[in-house]
Amino acid sequence: MWDYTDKVKEHFLNPRNVGEIENPDGVAEVGSLACGDALKLTFKLDENKRIRDAKFKTFGCASAIASSSALTEMIKGMTVDEALKVTNQDIARYLGGLPDEKMHCSVMGKQALEKAIENYRGAPSLEPGAKIICECFGVTDKEIERAIRENNLATVEDVTNYTKAGGGCGNCQDAIAQILERVKAEAKTEVKPKLTNIQKIRLIEETIEREIRPSLKHDGGDIEIIDIIGNRVIVALRGACATCKASNITLKDFVEQRLRELVVPDITVEEASK
Amino acid sequence: MKTIYLDNNATTKVADEVLEAMLPYFNQFYGNPSSMHTFGGQIGQRIRDAREQVAALLGALPEEIVFTSCGTESDNTAIYSALLTRPDKKHIVISRVEHPAVRALCTHLSAQGYKITELPVDKNGMLDLEHLEKSLTPDTAIVSLMWANNETGVIFPVEEAAKLTHDKGVLFHTDAVQAVGKIPINMKNNVIDMLSISGHKLHAPKGIGVLYIRRGTKFSPFLIGGHQEKGRRGGTENTAGIIGLGRACQLAANHILTENVHVKQLRDKLERELLKKIPQSRVNGDIQNRLPNTTNISFEYVEGEAILLLMNELGICASSGSACTSGSLQPSHVLRAMGVPFTMAHGSIRFSLSVYNTEEEVDFVIEKMPPIIERLRGMSPFWSQAQQACTNQ
Repeated sequence: MWDYTDKVKEHFLNPRNVGEIENPDGVAEVGSLACGDALKLTFKLDENKRIRDAKFKTFGCASAIASSSALTEMIKGMTVDEALKVTNQDIARYLGGLPDEKMHCSVMGKQALEKAIENYRGAPSLEPGAKIICECFGVTDKEIERAIRENNLATVEDVTNYTKAGGGCGNCQDAIAQILERVKAEAKTEVKPKLTNIQKIRLIEETIEREIRPSLKHDGGDIEIIDIIGNRVIVALRGACATCKASNITLKDFVEQRLRELVVPDITVEEASK
Repeated sequence: MKTIYLDNNATTKVADEVLEAMLPYFNQFYGNPSSMHTFGGQIGQRIRDAREQVAALLGALPEEIVFTSCGTESDNTAIYSALLTRPDKKHIVISRVEHPAVRALCTHLSAQGYKITELPVDKNGMLDLEHLEKSLTPDTAIVSLMWANNETGVIFPVEEAAKLTHDKGVLFHTDAVQAVGKIPINMKNNVIDMLSISGHKLHAPKGIGVLYIRRGTKFSPFLIGGHQEKGRRGGTENTAGIIGLGRACQLAANHILTENVHVKQLRDKLERELLKKIPQSRVNGDIQNRLPNTTNISFEYVEGEAILLLMNELGICASSGSACTSGSLQPSHVLRAMGVPFTMAHGSIRFSLSVYNTEEEVDFVIEKMPPIIERLRGMSPFWSQAQQACTNQ
């Protein structure tokens, strides 16, 4: 039996926003019956160009339904530009995490969202230059590359868990391994410009404000920066986070992880003594 | 919440009589049957009794029964024994729908240089003996075909298959884990060389199995150690498990008529009513040659894991051949081998009953399944499309 979080179960049993919007501003269908999961996403904008309503229809397992439900809840009220920044990680995080083998459900949500926004903007649906790598599940090289970058994937099995590519006949596994090599090589050569102390402090503040606080607030918690000494970020957790037993996990796996990704890789996050 | 257990091909309840028979052998008569003292030695007699009980259910001789730890061990032992006693032969024949205990072992062996032939099945999951005949070569060491399929309940003509195989001088093994206790089996009427049993599929506990080895069959042990099981399987006997399995075999012999009348009627009612109440549903597998307790039904346009979890909310236990339940991305290898379309395979649910199920339970499932399927179809993009296509015609 899958180890689903209560939030996944709750969104599966009581999915939000099931259905189809008539005359939507954006619409997308991803996946197929053969793949075992598929999602049709529709959204409508209000007069301020914010997403007023979003609805889904999903064929798939519990986590596919929960991911679709979460996605529609998350993007309501966002502009399409804001919505485009939602990653599959955000969807998974909103649900309190997904089993590794089920991460492709969150990726499907992300793909549907992108396609629906492309549909709204009238852009072509297939990325220019994209080539199908996995014939069984119709996954392109661009999709595989993005999944590797955004989720820091290391093995072909990871790629299969996240995109399904390679999970059918397995003929494309060598091609996936090559993409992995290529992306890893690129990542090594990509050297981030060195930050001054002031720039770093500002970037830490911005990242916490933009990437971290909204998710914590969503769960009734909050975070405050107490001090930044070199690469040590000292914070205080507030609200629900202050009393949460899992706060240390939040701190290390989420806050520290995010800061390492987005600011500098050797940041450590510590909780100020209470 | 009451549990309605319709997943008896996965495992079964330990029968009360079995548990009762076993309990004294944990903390009262816990001796080692190999010991010199009476306290331990007396257990040997109970093991002999159990061996006779198992043999009686199969129409076998007690000396042909070797106790193992599970069905998988029995399957592995049988195939390795064939390869070790016929070291010059490098070819194995199985079917595409075998249990992983056989299939995964063969994949492993193929990496070590053995040649594996997987016989196809037709759309009903049935085997064509002509394919078997053509597959046999002078290099074939063993044919291993399951007696009944765990997912569909389809029964293979293993007795004919064994005869055909024997005529070519090849050993024949059958994984009868799903068949024993559900359909009558008499080893006097066939030439099968080896047969695997798993205790927990017939109301004995997990952790006990049997490999039947026909008298005169050359054998090479898999677990090498003490002299237990006449040197055919080392390791101190699972005394309580063996005694429990003996009792379970005795019960199974008594229940075989109930299984084929009462359980079959319940299964048939469940299947008939679900097909009637739920449009776009169908049975997977040959309905003529099938275990009396199993039905595998596909509900089109919905996904099996989602169905199972909604059933779970009502305490109903079953299984699915969908990709999502297994963690792999493809639906069950059995349904794929049968050519069941993916659209159907993803929404397949296996119900497997036992003598402990009641008509009330079946009626409850008949009442609850249609709204579950309807609810998920209401969320499915394909269902609305299919409905539209129908009204447009």
